[in-house]
Amino acid sequence: MTPLAAILVRDMRLSVRVGGGALMGVLFFVTVVTLMPFALGPDLVLLKRIGPAILWLAALLASLLALDRLFAADHDDGSLDLILMGRMPLELVVAAKALAHWLTTGLPLIVAAPLIGLLLDLDAPAEGALVLTLIAGTPALTFIGLVGAAIAVTLRRGGLLLAVIVLPLTVPVLIFGVAAANAAVGGTVPFGTPFTVLCALSLASSAVGPFAAAAALRQEME
Amino acid sequence: MAIINLANPSRFLALATRTIPWLGGLTLLVFAFAINQAMSAPDDYQQGATVKIMFLHVPGAWLGMLGWLVMTVAALGTLVWRHPLADVVAKAAAPIGAAFTLMCLVTGSLWGRPMWGTYWVWDARLTSMLVLFLLYLGVIAVWRTVEDPSRAARAAAILALVGALDLPIIKFSVDWWNTLHQGSSIFRMGGPTIDPSILIPLLIMALAFTLLFATLLLAATRNEILRRRVRAMRLMQASAAA
Amino acid sequence: MLAANHLGYIVAAYVAAVVVVGALVGWVTLDYRILRRTLADLERRGFSRRSGSSAAAHAGPALKKAREDA
Repeated sequence: MTPLAAILVRDMRLSVRVGGGALMGVLFFVTVVTLMPFALGPDLVLLKRIGPAILWLAALLASLLALDRLFAADHDDGSLDLILMGRMPLELVVAAKALAHWLTTGLPLIVAAPLIGLLLDLDAPAEGALVLTLIAGTPALTFIGLVGAAIAVTLRRGGLLLAVIVLPLTVPVLIFGVAAANAAVGGTVPFGTPFTVLCALSLASSAVGPFAAAAALRQEME
Repeated sequence: MAIINLANPSRFLALATRTIPWLGGLTLLVFAFAINQAMSAPDDYQQGATVKIMFLHVPGAWLGMLGWLVMTVAALGTLVWRHPLADVVAKAAAPIGAAFTLMCLVTGSLWGRPMWGTYWVWDARLTSMLVLFLLYLGVIAVWRTVEDPSRAARAAAILALVGALDLPIIKFSVDWWNTLHQGSSIFRMGGPTIDPSILIPLLIMALAFTLLFATLLLAATRNEILRRRVRAMRLMQASAAA
Repeated sequence: MLAANHLGYIVAAYVAAVVVVGALVGWVTLDYRILRRTLADLERRGFSRRSGSSAAAHAGPALKKAREDA
């Protein structure tokens, strides 16, 4: 097994075991979406209209939830020092960890989204568009959050700081994610326009994120 | 050569102490002239007298963006050149940039009430400035959370660079989002051209505010250097007592 | 001349600007004064920044780090 695959498998194992954050994210996601009708009222017409927005917002918050442990746990038990001293390029290791994080927190959200979408009266095209936009957009959330997690790694109250610095940076992802999901069920914009930009955001952040995160880790652990 | 000399904090302090009174005086002079010009500027045919708010709003927006630019250059100074002055300048620039962004938001809101009939409109420009303000608060939060100053500088520098990359994207996406939701241009202020009778006072006002920004940045940088000295001496005191 | 109907908003905007600028200037000057006083106080108590005294010799890495920061 190559070192990168080893890190990927290790991170995924850790996050599904006791104390890992994988299922926590989905649970949080489902809870937030369930709370929405209590705040907005049980009007299915309204919920159907703003359903994609609710689900996207919940996904954004849920993907932040497990991020603060992404490097902090490795920092606590010393394995981050080993990774930094290792021969693998730090950028690749960081990217592998991001992939593991996405597979264990992003992917379950995408699976749960259509199920919870039923509660908001989303019909088949809306469900399909929502899943598609989440697949295209959640990697961007992970890679942007990666930088925040690397900046906040050595802090005691890193989780709060992480949310404060990462959320404003995710504005474009939220805009184009929700716009694409809405465009699929009607509206003036063709689905392709926002969806293409969403894909571009994911690709760009996956190109920049690992380098910025690796730089932050090197600077902080110096 | 000059930049290398300024790497010595004592030399920078001496220069700053000599420069600040002159720069401050010049700022006051230009401000007096700018306010005089702004007050005697004619009313806009569409906006009426509220165009006077623009003399504050536009410089606020400009300095809010200039503040992030200063932080970006300082971030490069911290990460690439390891210039000792870069850390302190970056730390000093964050609250100043945030304050001018806030000034832009508040004056924009007060302009919007008589013009748009509401204090806040999710107008593309206002919304971008709001996100910029939140990003400033994030940077300040980093400075306030990390105890070791040089480590805080590096964390804040990376955030400043990532923000500099993301800000144009945020601007673009907010513009796109705004046209998607409004589709009309009645909320655009001014027009493609601004009459010279408004533009010239506006430029003078922007110059005055820029001088103010420079003075404040210099003074705040001096304060940060002094704060580091105090910290160093306190640590010495503590280790001497131990 | 200023239109009376919107005068309140214009005045409010200028007051807001004065408050923001005043807060910045006040922060910078007060901060400077407090820092100068603290520095003078510390120096009076015999802690010079570059003292080569025994205190410095016994100081640990924290001191070295602090010196670099200063």
